[in-house]
Amino acid sequence: MSVQIEDAVQNPAPRIGKGGAPPPGRRRGTGRAAGKAPYLLLIPALAATAVFLGWPMVRNLILSFQNLNMKQLIQHLTEWRGIGNYQDILGGEQFWRVTVRTIVFTAVNVTLIMVLGVLIGLLLARLGKKMRLVLSVALVLAWAMPAIAATTVFQWLFDARYGVVNWVLDKLGWHSMAHYDWVGSQLSTFFVITVLIVWQSLPFVALNLYAATTTIPKELYEAARMDGAGTWKVFTSVTFPFLKPFLLATTFLEIIWVFKAFPQIFAINEGGPDRLTETLPIYAFTEGVGNLHFGMGAAISLLTIVVLLAMTAYYLRLTLKQEEDEA
Amino acid sequence: MKRSLLGRIWPNAAALVLALGFAFPVYWMFTTAFKPNGDIITEDPVWFPLNGTFEHFTTAVNAPNFWSLVGNSVTVTVLAVGLSLLIALCGSFAVARMRFKGRKGIILTFMVAQMAPWEVLVISIYMIVRDADMLNSLVPLTFFYMLMVLPFTLLTLRGYVAAVPKELEESAMVDGCTRTQAFVKVIFPLLAPGLMATSLFGFITAWNEFPLVLVLNKEPDKGTLPLWLSQFQSQFGDDWGATMAAASLFALPILVLFLFLQRKAVGGLTAGAVKG
Repeated sequence: MSVQIEDAVQNPAPRIGKGGAPPPGRRRGTGRAAGKAPYLLLIPALAATAVFLGWPMVRNLILSFQNLNMKQLIQHLTEWRGIGNYQDILGGEQFWRVTVRTIVFTAVNVTLIMVLGVLIGLLLARLGKKMRLVLSVALVLAWAMPAIAATTVFQWLFDARYGVVNWVLDKLGWHSMAHYDWVGSQLSTFFVITVLIVWQSLPFVALNLYAATTTIPKELYEAARMDGAGTWKVFTSVTFPFLKPFLLATTFLEIIWVFKAFPQIFAINEGGPDRLTETLPIYAFTEGVGNLHFGMGAAISLLTIVVLLAMTAYYLRLTLKQEEDEA
Repeated sequence: MKRSLLGRIWPNAAALVLALGFAFPVYWMFTTAFKPNGDIITEDPVWFPLNGTFEHFTTAVNAPNFWSLVGNSVTVTVLAVGLSLLIALCGSFAVARMRFKGRKGIILTFMVAQMAPWEVLVISIYMIVRDADMLNSLVPLTFFYMLMVLPFTLLTLRGYVAAVPKELEESAMVDGCTRTQAFVKVIFPLLAPGLMATSLFGFITAWNEFPLVLVLNKEPDKGTLPLWLSQFQSQFGDDWGATMAAASLFALPILVLFLFLQRKAVGGLTAGAVKG
């Protein structure tokens, strides 16, 4: 949970109270007093950001040009490598393989999350009060489960010998699955990770989508019905346009979230078997911290940030534009 | 509008199946934690812990360092969330209520900051903390967690502050309040739902954080609960009862908090958003 949704959601509604110049009379009264106030109020936030985020970013950039392994670390040596780390990474196959894997992984998960999340959200809107409460509570339970705890539980559910998933598959007639080792191959490990991530992410999309649908004015639906629109037509002409900004913001948020997913993948099988389920953040971590190639790890993490920025560039540009319009 | 019987049944049936699917892993975690080993290591699952036992919880609680790590987790989380609320409140007031040079740039800075890929910055953060000779300390953890939640908190609170009608504040000022007094007496109480929603997310982020603590706090009694849980699992291997008890103990505070504040969190976020 690290990205706001407000800006996109508020789009359709008229803007009240934010943006635009204040009434002229007021400005005169408080303008002088407020001269330095906003900066003073923002100093702590900006300083904290500079120290605890800005500095690690800069440090990461510097590290990525260094040859820093266990030996240099212990002896406090600074060896420069220029763009050597980048040449090695971009010239090798592994980085590209992991990048493609990460993009496919993110795309599959985000698509599943958004499509199913919207369907469940719309279902919530159709339910009666009691059933809606039942489903909401179940969703909230999944939403609130801490990632590490959820990962542990999924390992138990998918346990080869005594896991309940294999038992069910066996009973359904899929006898070869009775003792199936889910973390033994790349695809099945990814399957478990995907089920886990989708299970954890759906509630956020579904519950917030439902909350957003409750803000759609009823008159719009009535008008559409009067014009003889069917269920699908109502959805495409009323519901969807209204929810579009919300969907855009949520998709963006989920892309970042899935892309960065760390505990789920790491705790399930540490990127294994044979490093086949490593995504970019895990790859950077394994190279940097696991194999003690800190310089290489830093270079990979910088490239990871570049890939993430490329994947979210569209939305970032939209947001930039919106803030410009507002200011 | 008339709906057929089938038309009324299928949404409810679908909802029931979904509810079971979403709740089951949580149910399975808690029930496994209460089952004696014989009911866990079995060819056919035991669906309800009829022969309930607290044995696994005892194992988990008596595992090395459990209580000191609980203390660490609580300390770090509360401090990080408290600090970020304080800092974010000041900042959000400035960006929501005041016009000044560079406002747009500052908002953008926080927008980009909340995208920060902390997961891949662990290497440089490790170097910084190591050079400061503060590995295995709670201080850097607290500050980094504070910053992890700060941008989100600030930007979300901005929506809440903006949603409070300016007139309220102005009339308080006309009545003789200073700007600060107007804020404390009029606006702050109206921000309560927003503060609760954002602190809930802050709490979850800090309580769950894993990659950073994994790298920074390696000494067994210096970490936090996520680290404890992951190590507990590798240590107790196939003792699923104990592992599920440990996971339950770790997840319970968040689950309870979330169930209580759920309405505020969901409604709050979107309400703040739409009114923003």
